[in-house]
Amino acid sequence: MSIETRTSIVWDYAPAPESADHVRLRDRYGVFIDGEFMDPAEGRYVPTINPATEEPIAEVGWASASDVGRAVEAARVAQARWAGLPGLERGKYLFRIARLIQERARELAVAETLDGGKPLRESRDVDIPLAAAHFFHYAGWADKLEYGVNAREVAPLGVVGQIVPWNFPLLMAAWKLAPALACGNTAILKPAETTPLTALMLGEIIQEAELPPGVVSILPGDGSAGATLVRAPGIDKIAFTGSTAVGRDIQAALAGRQVGLTLELGGKSANIIFEDAALDQAIEGIVNGIFFNQGHVCCAGSRLLIQESVQEEVIGKLWARMGRLRVGDPLDKNTDVGAINSAEQLERIETLVAAGEDEGASRRSIACELPERGYWFAPTLFTEVSPAHRIAVEEIFGPVVSVLTFRTQAEAIEKTNNSRYGLAAGIWTDKGSKAFEVARALQAGVVWQNTYNHFDPTAAFGGYKESGFGREGGPAGLRPYLRVVR
Amino acid sequence: MIRRLGHVDRVGVEERAAQLGKRSIKTTAKQQGIRLAVSMLDLTTLEGADTAGKVRHLCAKAVCPAPTIPEIPSVAAVCVYPSLVGVAREALDGTGVRVASVATGFPAGQVSLEAKLRDTEDAVAAGAEEIDMVISREAFLAGEDTRVQHEIVAVKERCGDAHLKVILETAELGSYDHVRHASMLAMEAGGDFIKTSTGKAGAGATPGVCLVMLEAIRDYADRTGRVVGFKAAGGVSTSKAALHRLVLVKETLGDAWLTPDRLRIGASSVLNDLLMQYAKTETGRYGRAEDFSKE
Amino acid sequence: MSDRLAVRKTYKLWIGGAFVRSESGRYDHATGAGGRTVNIPRASRKDVRDAVAAARKAAGPWAGRTAYNRGQILYRAAEALESNRERFEAAEVEASVDVLLHYAGWTDKLAPVLGGINPVAAPFLSFSLPEPTGVVGIVAPDAPPLLGLVAEVAPALAAGDVVVAVLSEAEPLAGLDLAEVLGVADVPGGVVNLLSGRRDELASALGAHRDLNAIVDAAGDTELAAKLDGLASETIKRTRHAAAATSYADAVDDALERLAAVTELKTAWHPVGA
Repeated sequence: MSIETRTSIVWDYAPAPESADHVRLRDRYGVFIDGEFMDPAEGRYVPTINPATEEPIAEVGWASASDVGRAVEAARVAQARWAGLPGLERGKYLFRIARLIQERARELAVAETLDGGKPLRESRDVDIPLAAAHFFHYAGWADKLEYGVNAREVAPLGVVGQIVPWNFPLLMAAWKLAPALACGNTAILKPAETTPLTALMLGEIIQEAELPPGVVSILPGDGSAGATLVRAPGIDKIAFTGSTAVGRDIQAALAGRQVGLTLELGGKSANIIFEDAALDQAIEGIVNGIFFNQGHVCCAGSRLLIQESVQEEVIGKLWARMGRLRVGDPLDKNTDVGAINSAEQLERIETLVAAGEDEGASRRSIACELPERGYWFAPTLFTEVSPAHRIAVEEIFGPVVSVLTFRTQAEAIEKTNNSRYGLAAGIWTDKGSKAFEVARALQAGVVWQNTYNHFDPTAAFGGYKESGFGREGGPAGLRPYLRVVR
Repeated sequence: MIRRLGHVDRVGVEERAAQLGKRSIKTTAKQQGIRLAVSMLDLTTLEGADTAGKVRHLCAKAVCPAPTIPEIPSVAAVCVYPSLVGVAREALDGTGVRVASVATGFPAGQVSLEAKLRDTEDAVAAGAEEIDMVISREAFLAGEDTRVQHEIVAVKERCGDAHLKVILETAELGSYDHVRHASMLAMEAGGDFIKTSTGKAGAGATPGVCLVMLEAIRDYADRTGRVVGFKAAGGVSTSKAALHRLVLVKETLGDAWLTPDRLRIGASSVLNDLLMQYAKTETGRYGRAEDFSKE
Repeated sequence: MSDRLAVRKTYKLWIGGAFVRSESGRYDHATGAGGRTVNIPRASRKDVRDAVAAARKAAGPWAGRTAYNRGQILYRAAEALESNRERFEAAEVEASVDVLLHYAGWTDKLAPVLGGINPVAAPFLSFSLPEPTGVVGIVAPDAPPLLGLVAEVAPALAAGDVVVAVLSEAEPLAGLDLAEVLGVADVPGGVVNLLSGRRDELASALGAHRDLNAIVDAAGDTELAAKLDGLASETIKRTRHAAAATSYADAVDDALERLAAVTELKTAWHPVGA
C-alpha cells in the first residue's frame, strides 16, 4: 500500500516473441513443377538461412536449366485450357488462393520473417494481408477484363516468366501471379535466392486450391536460373522486380525477341518536407519511408529534402525519433527494425556508408545493442550531404537516409528530378494546391502526399526512367498481361 | 487578432497512435505497467448522485485498491465536485493520496467568469490540492483565444498552492489542429497539466488526441524548458487502454514522464480491470468482476 | 423410416438483421417442401417503414467500409450460399452463387470504370467519383425466385447501397431462406432487408417512402411499373425497370448498367499551383 516514489522510472517492454511452433515447415522443399514438388534435375539442395541468427531453416532444391525447360513446357501445355476457362472460373481459383493465404496468414508471416529478417509486425500486418488482397482484387478482374482495358476482346500473352526479389517475397509473388493468371496466362515464378520459403508454401497453397497442374511452377535457385528463364524459348513475357543492373541485363538479353517485358527496378526516392508540413506526421513519414523493412524497399524515401527554414527542427525531431527505434529479433512483436537480408547486402550498405563518410558527409547512427550473430545495421542519418555524393546518388537499400536542403519549391522539384531513377516521392505540405502542383512536376511513378509507403492492390505502382516500366496494381496492372484483339 | 492554427494531419496521427497500440506488453513489463497506471490514477466520481458516503468508499479504495495484492500502490488522487472536497480531504488526510476538485462550472463551463472563480476559491478553501478547470469552449469556438487564456490565468491565480489542470474538452474543439492549438494556449497561460476531457461529453482521451497533446507538451518543453503534465480522462476503461496511453507517453516523451507528477489517468472503472489483469499475470487465470470490490 | 417428428420451420421477415414477425400479425400461405402449406408473414406498411429506417441507419456505415471489405463480405455471402445449396433449386443456386461472386469482384473496380480524372481546361485537378445512392428499394420477380432476387441485390450491395426488397408474392420462400443464409454471412444488420407479403401493397408503400433513394423494379408488371414511376417522381427517386434475370449471363452481362443505376457521381475540383 505505498505510493510509487518519484524516482526516475525505467519501463522496458519485456521480450514478446511470436511463437513459431505452429508453423509447419518441411525440412526440405523440392522444386514445384507441373503441380508437384520434385527433386531438382541435378539434385542440388541448398539451405536457406535465417539472417537474424545465421541458422539454416530448411533445404531448398535449386533449379537447373533442365528444370526451367520442363516448367516452361508444362506451362505451355496448360495454357490453352487455362485461358479457355470462363473468366469467373479462373477467378474462383484465385479466390481460393486468397482465402488460403488468409487462413494460413500467421504461419506465412512467421516464415517470411524467419527467411528474410523483416519484423514480424510488418510481415503480419503488411506483407501477408496485402498478398491476399492482391489475389482477391485480380480474382475479381478475371471475368471483367474488357472493362479493365476498354476493349471488346482481349487475349492473354501465353507463358510468362516472373522473377521476384527478396524484400517482399510473398507479396511480390502475389503482385506477379495474380494479374497474370487472371488474364489467362500461365506462369513460372523464380523466387529470390535468399527467400524461397513463402513462395514454396504458396506452392502448397496452389496444390490445396487444386489449381490445374502447369498453371504455376515455382523454381528456387540463384541468378543463373533466372537468366535461363529469361532466355528460354517458349516464353511470351518476362516480369522482373529487382536491381536496375539486372534489369538492364534482362532488357539486353531480350533484344530483338518478341517477348513482353515489364521491369520494376531501383530508386533513390526523395521525401520532400516543406515548411508548412504537419511536422510530427512528416517525421513519421520519413521514418516509415526509410526504416520500414530496414530500408530494403525499392521506393524507399532515401533522400530527405528539407526546406531550409525548418531544417533544424526536422533534423532534431527526426534524430530524437530515430532513437526510439527498436532494432533486434525480428520475431519479437515489438521490433521496429529487423535484420539485413544477407551478408552480401550488409557489405554493400557498409561500403556505401563508408563512402559517405569519406566524401565528407556527417554520419549519425543510433545507439542500439545489436545481437552477436546475424546481419545488422543501425539506422543511420547523414547530414551535410551534397547532391553529388554517392550516398545521395546511389541506391543503398538499407536503413540509411541522406539529408539535402532546398530553399524554394522549384529547387525541390529540380533536385528530386535530377536522378536517373524515378520510382517514388513524398511531398509533405499542408497546402493542397502545392501538393498537387509538385506531384504533377515530379518524374516519379508513385507520389505520396502527406504519407509514405502505402500500397493497395487497386493503386498502380511502377517507375519512370531507370526505375523501370510497366505498372502493377489496378486495371493498369492487367495491360502487361493481355493483348487487345479488337 | 486572427488565429493561426498549426498543421496536424489526422490520418498520420491516427496511424501512429494505432501503431503504438500494437506494442506487446507482457509479463514483467505488464505488471510494472499496471502498477504504474494505478499509481497515476485520479479516481473519479462526478455524479449528481454523489454523497459523502460514496466519496468515503471511493477514498478507501483509492488508498488501498487491493488488500490481497500489497504491491499495488495507492492511486495518485481522488477527484470530486467542490461540495465533497471536505469529505475527501478528511478521508485522505495523511495517506499521500491527493484531493483534486473540478471547478469553473464543470463540465460545460457556461457560467460567468465570476462564478468560475468563486467555484475555484470554494474548492481550494475546502482543501483541494489540485483543481481541474474547463476552458471556455464558447470563447474558443468563437475564436477568442485571448479570453480563453485570460480565464486560465485568473483561475490559476485563485489556485494558490494548488496545481491547475486545464481541461480542453477535445471532442468539442473540432479537429486535431484545434486540439494542438488549445494545448499551446493552455500551457502558455500557465496550466500545470493539460487534460483531454471532462468525461461527460463525447469521446474522451482517444489515442489520437493523447498523441497530439503529448507532442504539444514535448514541443512546448523543448521551446521553453517548462514541464507541463498530461492527464488522459474519458474512455480509458480497460487495462489495455491504460497501457496504450503509457506507451504513447513513453514513446513520445520518454520514460522520465511515467510518474504521477507528470502523468495522470482520470477514470473509475479501469481500476478493477487493472487489478484483474494484474491478478492474471500472477495466477494465469482470467478473472471475474466479483474478484475485487467495486468500491 | 424413423418415427421422429421433424421440427418445422417458422418463416420470418428479415429487418435490421433480426428475424421478426409482421407487426400486423397477419400471415399468408405458401407451398413449402413436399407440397405442404406453410405460413409466411404478410408484411405491412409499418414493416416497410421499419425496414427503410433500419436500412437508412445501416447505409452510412456500409458505404463507409472500404470497397475491399464490402467485397470480402459479398464473397463470404457466396460461400454461405454455396454451403447451403440443398435448400434451393440446384441450377438456380449455382447461378446465384456465381452472381454474388461476380459482384463481389466489382466493389473495388467501380471507381476506375465509372469514375476518373477530368482533364479540365484550367489549372485544377478535377476528378469524378462514383458513390452509393443510399437506400435502394427492390421489387423482386416471381421467377426465378432466388436468382431473380440475387441479381438485383448483389449489384446494389457492390455499389455500396443498402436494400429493402419486396419478395415475390407467389414464390416467397427462396427469398426468406436467403435471409437466413445472409444472416450468417457477416452481412451487417440492416444492409439487406427482406419482406414477404402482398406485392402491390408493399411495393407501393416502398415506392411512396420519401426516405428511399432509388427503386429497382424487376416484377415485370406494367401497371405496377407506372405506379412506381409516379410515386418516385414525388422525391425524384432514381428508377430502373428490368426484366427478371433468368440466367447467370442475364444477371451480369449488363453489370455496369445495374451498378450505374444505383450510383451517384461526385465531381470535385482543386487548384493545382502554390
